Amino acid sequence: MSLIEARDLSVRYGGHTVLSHVDMSIDKGEIVTIVGPNGSGKSTLLRAIIGAVPVASGRLIRDAGVSIGYVPQKLAIDPTLPMTVARFMSLPRRQHPADVAAALEQAGVPDLSTRQMTDLSGGQFQRVLLARALLAKPDLLLLDEATQGLDQPGSAAFYRQIEDVRRRLGCAVLMVSHELHVVMSASDRVICLNGHVCCQGTPEIVASAPEYRALFGTGTQGALALYRHDHNHSHDDGCDHDHGHAHDHAHDTGVIPLHQTTRDKVH
Amino acid sequence: MLDDFLIRATLAGLGVALAAAPMGCFVVWRRMAYFGDATAHASILGVAIALALSVSVFLGAMAMALLMALAVTALSGRGYAVDTLLGVLAHSALAFGLVAVSFLSGVRIDLMAYLFGDILAVGKTDLALIWGGAALVLALLTWRWSALLTATLNPDLAHASGIDPRREQLVLTLALAVVVAVAIKVVGVLLIAALLIIPAAAARPFARTPEGMAVIAVLVAGLSVLGGLQASLMFDTPTGPSIVCIAALIFAGSALGTSLRRG
Repeated sequence: MSLIEARDLSVRYGGHTVLSHVDMSIDKGEIVTIVGPNGSGKSTLLRAIIGAVPVASGRLIRDAGVSIGYVPQKLAIDPTLPMTVARFMSLPRRQHPADVAAALEQAGVPDLSTRQMTDLSGGQFQRVLLARALLAKPDLLLLDEATQGLDQPGSAAFYRQIEDVRRRLGCAVLMVSHELHVVMSASDRVICLNGHVCCQGTPEIVASAPEYRALFGTGTQGALALYRHDHNHSHDDGCDHDHGHAHDHAHDTGVIPLHQTTRDKVH
Repeated sequence: MLDDFLIRATLAGLGVALAAAPMGCFVVWRRMAYFGDATAHASILGVAIALALSVSVFLGAMAMALLMALAVTALSGRGYAVDTLLGVLAHSALAFGLVAVSFLSGVRIDLMAYLFGDILAVGKTDLALIWGGAALVLALLTWRWSALLTATLNPDLAHASGIDPRREQLVLTLALAVVVAVAIKVVGVLLIAALLIIPAAAARPFARTPEGMAVIAVLVAGLSVLGGLQASLMFDTPTGPSIVCIAALIFAGSALGTSLRRG
């Protein structure tokens, strides 16, 4: 039985469709990562799961009694709002100080409880957010680009923390990430999203899927191609040659997608 | 005891301080200062309509403030920037209110009393309304406190905890309308926003938690009321503005003290 399952899920935002016909699920204890270009609906999928955006069609099935811990993409605390770490941990429900201390310990920041939230470094802040999510004793931890704004060692350390938490608590993890190299090593399963589910499976399967390569390329581990290919692409061209070169797109077999630009046509 | 006008004025001022200061904290945290101002200005139209229909001024002001706040919430994000929208609606409502009052030839109305408050003329009924309203606002804020704080921090975080941020926004809007209605008699529509924002701003440097800030803001507001009343008696100055002046002086002291401490 999956903890969360999306069936034919579509989400619309002010008249345009952000997610269409998404099928995905996550099982107990899995680490699943969602990758995709900017604007591909990764964050929207997580926000739909927590109920922050309405579902336009399809179904979102949540197993009875599943507890979710959510770590948002960014949290800007207004400087006029005084907030100690301990007080933040007790929002919205008051928590026992021992539980707060244990959660901070698990997230790797045991000594911060009396500090002001606005005085924390980026890495400390994200760990406090993680600790607060752990207080819900989550069966499923949702992380929305939780390492945004951290440097490479910082984000690597953060992902190690996530794996450690998963090992200790046995919770499933569903996260959105831009950092493909980390994703590919740390995930049980990867979902490649671009408004719809392009492909999903183990990191090895996804990395070799033509859909994934069409989006991210191969040679650069995707880091460069990520920002170049945000147009819709077609899957049914059946070609499997290397798409990793600079002007790569998967349409040179004659299938011209709707959103193809003139630049692409000339090419 | 309530027969003494000064005691009534003091109690009225403290009642307003008790409601306005915690409400003001949310106004500051959520950057709603201009929103609060606009809502308060609009209430003069409610006063005019209430006088024309011979219904309670308190209810008229509250209804108009609520209507204004709901209109802004509904219209925002539809092509106009929120500050433009507030500027249009608030000043239009104020202008229409002033014009409407001028039509009321039958009753002699002291417009100044509604614009700047007339705390020394507070009667026993006013006092009951002010404390009733203040109690309502405090009850509402206490009841929803955690949810309001979570929604103020981040709407998605609220959703994930099963809190609907739009509902909390509505609770705050309702509380704001009540504060506006109870504060008219004390400081008048033009200075209500000052009583919301200045105590909260003055309290900020001394607070480590949201609750601490609300309590300190209440103390600052209470002190301003007492000091303002005293000053207005001593120097024969208008009472509402005097209260705001004292609050402003406390804020200046707080800001100065903070910058000196930081070196």
